[in-house]
Amino acid sequence: MNRDVTFDMPATPGEWGWASLRSLNHLRRALQYPVLGIAGLLALWWWGGWVIANNPDTMAFASFAPGPTLAAFWDLVSSGQVWSPIESSLHRVGFGLLYAILIGVPLGVMIGYFNVLRETTHVPFQFLRMISPLAWMPIAVLAFATWDAAIIFLIAIAAVWPITYATAHGVQRIDPMWLKVGSNLGANPYHTLRYIVMPAIAQDVFAGIRLAVGVAWIVLVPAEYLGVTSGLGYAINDARDTLEYDKLAAFVLVIGLIGYMLDAICVRLIRRSSYHAQG
Amino acid sequence: MGAAISIDYITHHYPKQKDPTLKDIELTVRPGETIALIGQSGCGKSTLLHMLAGLLIPSEGAVRINGHQVIKPSPRWNMMFQKPSLYPWMTVRRNTSLGLIFQGRRDGMNKRVDALLETVGLADKAEVNVQSLSGGQQQRVALARSLATDPELLLLDEPFSALDAFTKVELQEEVSRLSQERGITVVFVTHDIEEAIAMADRVVVMGSNPGTLKHELTVELPHPRDRAGARFNELKAELMEFFGATRHPAARREDTDATAPDAPEEGSAAAESEPDSESGRRAIRAA
Repeated sequence: MNRDVTFDMPATPGEWGWASLRSLNHLRRALQYPVLGIAGLLALWWWGGWVIANNPDTMAFASFAPGPTLAAFWDLVSSGQVWSPIESSLHRVGFGLLYAILIGVPLGVMIGYFNVLRETTHVPFQFLRMISPLAWMPIAVLAFATWDAAIIFLIAIAAVWPITYATAHGVQRIDPMWLKVGSNLGANPYHTLRYIVMPAIAQDVFAGIRLAVGVAWIVLVPAEYLGVTSGLGYAINDARDTLEYDKLAAFVLVIGLIGYMLDAICVRLIRRSSYHAQG
Repeated sequence: MGAAISIDYITHHYPKQKDPTLKDIELTVRPGETIALIGQSGCGKSTLLHMLAGLLIPSEGAVRINGHQVIKPSPRWNMMFQKPSLYPWMTVRRNTSLGLIFQGRRDGMNKRVDALLETVGLADKAEVNVQSLSGGQQQRVALARSLATDPELLLLDEPFSALDAFTKVELQEEVSRLSQERGITVVFVTHDIEEAIAMADRVVVMGSNPGTLKHELTVELPHPRDRAGARFNELKAELMEFFGATRHPAARREDTDATAPDAPEEGSAAAESEPDSESGRRAIRAA
């Protein structure tokens, strides 16, 4: 993005030496609750595995427990097997999001700017938005030549709404004075977009993209259950068919980890694109 | 060189309004002259200023700057508003440079901007984000931004009314000094009688419903003006009278009945006739 929208100030080098002890203490305090949360989740998982392993009816699924799962996860990572499905899935999500952004941002700018357009599109868009993207599956399969294209379409149609509406919200929040001053200073439409509108809405756009990433990542897995022979959704389905429950759980872990990382990247982008002064 | 303005019989109707907001406005401004437009809220002075800026086109009549009809905004005549309206995601330098960037005048831009920031007393703040500045400092940035493109005309829409009394006086004197140094024509709108006399060569009093030019007062005092001086206060009193004459007839009658037709009555009458105008009330009381 534009350099103007970042406020990260480099600390002076001298500050690091004597303040490092204090910042270590600060880090410990910052991490203590997240670590507590992670430990809680692991404990719950371990307890669930123990219950399953000790019930004769469910004993067959004992490898969902943390021990076997983490062992299988390590196998997947060390053998390199994990990368191929990740790559396929990220490729689909990436393109789905790209199309959603290419459609959603301009659409959002127009909906935010023109009241008539906003009111005209309200009912149809809210109607379309509430249809589960997976409901489009049969139509997508008919409409697109490849499964890959169909999945990308499903992701895009799920991701386009949060981006559109977050962008529109950002545009509506633009101070009209900024535009007035801009035109007074001789801004042409390109200048207005580049120097005024884009930095003003960047934060909202990224907030929309964050929501879109969440939805896209959720839609991806069920979409990959069908047709394709690659990706994380396929890997889970495949592990189920071959009764490799430890591997199945390991892929669930992978999905969670990557989803978390994507979200963290978005949070960083939102923060960097915010123009509000940070204390 | 300052711009010469001629306002030729402007009448303006806002859509959906029965009465015209402005009627038969005629005014000529010489290059380098400073004009104050003063009047109550709703007299259309801000509308008139927007027309000078090319942000609004009159329904009848025309504004001409240096003989050319104004039909759209131009960086040759810059407007400053009550709020600084800086871009909060930019530094002081970037905000100030913007007009030059828009005009594609990037050669020597930084040097120019440095000199301007020096002039408005913000040389050490160039790389600071504008959100960390005080209200007065922000308005100085807005002033520097307006001056960056070498305008021939500066239009000010109550630009100091949100500032504290000391900062206000400072900025009024700064604008006067800079506009004289550079020979810029200035037209400003104000509620503040003292501000009008402190800055203007000519004060134009507007009446409302519909907005018309009622009176004109020439201020021949040299700059910087002594606000405690006898002539200054004479002019202030004179302007008070003009201002009083444009008010509601009932309020005027109240004035003539009163033994001392000055401050308190003026204040309360103005408060009744325009309850939404804080600054208007304050200005009249202060006078």
